Amino acid sequence: MDFLNSILIKPFADMFGAPDFLMQVLWEGLVSGVLYALIALGFVLIYKSSRIFNFAQGIMVVFAALTLVGLHEKGVPAWLALPLTLGVMYLLAMSIERVVLRPLVNQPDIILFMATIGITLFLIGFGEIIFGGENKVMITEQLGIPTGSWEFEPFGGFLSIEQRDVTAVVGAVLLVAALLLFLNKSKMGRAIRALGDDHQAALSVGISLSTIWVVVWFIAGVIALATGIVWGSRAGVSFALEVIAYKALPVLMLGGLESVLGAIVGGLAIGILEKLFEIYWGQPILGGNTETWFAFVLALIVLLFRPQGLFGERIIERV
Amino acid sequence: MSNAAPMAETVQPILSINNIEVIYDHVILVLKGVSLTVPQGGITALLGANGAGKTTTLKAISNLLQAERGAVTKGNILFEGNEIQSLSPNELVRRGCIQVMEGRHCFGHLSVEDNLMTGAFTRRDGASAIRQDLDMVYEYFPRLKVRRTSQAGYTSGGEQQMTAIGRALMSRPKMILLDEPSMGLAPQLVEEIFEIVRKLNEEQGVSFLLAEQNTNVALRYAKYGYILESGRIVLDGEAHALRENEDVKEFYLGIGGEGRRSFKDVKHYKRRKRWLA
Repeated sequence: MDFLNSILIKPFADMFGAPDFLMQVLWEGLVSGVLYALIALGFVLIYKSSRIFNFAQGIMVVFAALTLVGLHEKGVPAWLALPLTLGVMYLLAMSIERVVLRPLVNQPDIILFMATIGITLFLIGFGEIIFGGENKVMITEQLGIPTGSWEFEPFGGFLSIEQRDVTAVVGAVLLVAALLLFLNKSKMGRAIRALGDDHQAALSVGISLSTIWVVVWFIAGVIALATGIVWGSRAGVSFALEVIAYKALPVLMLGGLESVLGAIVGGLAIGILEKLFEIYWGQPILGGNTETWFAFVLALIVLLFRPQGLFGERIIERV
Repeated sequence: MSNAAPMAETVQPILSINNIEVIYDHVILVLKGVSLTVPQGGITALLGANGAGKTTTLKAISNLLQAERGAVTKGNILFEGNEIQSLSPNELVRRGCIQVMEGRHCFGHLSVEDNLMTGAFTRRDGASAIRQDLDMVYEYFPRLKVRRTSQAGYTSGGEQQMTAIGRALMSRPKMILLDEPSMGLAPQLVEEIFEIVRKLNEEQGVSFLLAEQNTNVALRYAKYGYILESGRIVLDGEAHALRENEDVKEFYLGIGGEGRRSFKDVKHYKRRKRWLA
């Protein structure tokens, strides 16, 4: 009885007992959720357009953040380092297309997947040679991101919101909105969606694979940079940052590998749910640290009932 | 320019294939020396049974073979007099030669209109020209206009075939390689699609190379026909002549001939060995 009480009643009593704290938890969850969603979007775009599960997405986050910080360390002003980093990500996309994807076109998926592992290893080594392996501090202030925090007193309690997080959320929302607009309204976006639907037909109408791949990998690079800035400013820039990409895996399982909407909703859901679970169930009952596995268990449960993920594209079958 | 004038012998064909051989996966020989030409503004039919090599021939032209690990190992293909084997499908579409694949291959999750618009990917002549062509496609296929916002995957087979042809039209092609447009469609719809092919040919001046199993319909709309059997062209001629040909009647049109019950008796085609010529 006591046990049931601690699972079913007490957490909710706590939530409503201290709504200000609940809001704080939800906000923190939302912020990490936005980041998960961003990373998942990088995966989804590449998967949609080339059926490649891009193992290198995580290291791209690190590489982008390292490039930005590294350039700044070498004396490049922050406002210039940002576009330069974008340029580097574009070059990276082009080289990946040229050196890895083009020679491997029409190979089985697993070979392309292995190739992205190769890209990961290469970027780890290359990044270390150029920028060194030690931890770095993200140039948050230099980029003009505010670092203070706002404090509120809702319901007579206390709520603290870091301006950095607000910037991250607003930035991510803008990025996603731009991306959706691009995918749905532009010629290139239409071609990307077409490629996701039917590879051969896309080729037959003259859609150029190499152009699309460069564009898609570049977008993934931009997303990686955005994630790198936000996450780097919270946790520092190091190769350990790579693991946040694995946090996107349950998001992908939950949202479906091909669904842009799924990545967004899945990311937010996992971010918020894992925080709620940690605070109200994990810490009191399980001794905490549930955030590392909660998302995977949730994804597993979803997969049991919906193998294509919550938002996986419905397979259209006509007879 | 008048369309009615008979095609002079000296006019360069829009497409000519000379003695090509196609091998899949480095070992499987599929085309064993195929030659054919399509005149400017012509509708030419490529006929034959399953597995004869019709689709392979079309894909050899549009260069979609590479995506299936096939390769043209001998012979050459000329489009408007230029060799095209080394061009990417993308470049070929830009030059005006586009394939409509067998089985429609619409983009299922895109709306019908988005499907059509993907056909304009290679174009650089501005949004208003593309818009104009979209209206033109809707004029030819009024049904697509009605269904423009539906997901293509949920439209009927006939509508999908129309979408596929319309999508090809959006690239402003000079030539369309049309693979099995009749597949899986009701006879009435087949007739409707072929009528549109004829209209496009007459009004837009688009040349067609049609791969068809439906010999009867194809020979009524085409001007010239080639019959492909096991990777070789065994017979060719004016469409009306082919329709009257006893063997074609018996083997492809299903009109009974007397006395011949086996392919052995028509071996004389093979002796023509056009592919050595």
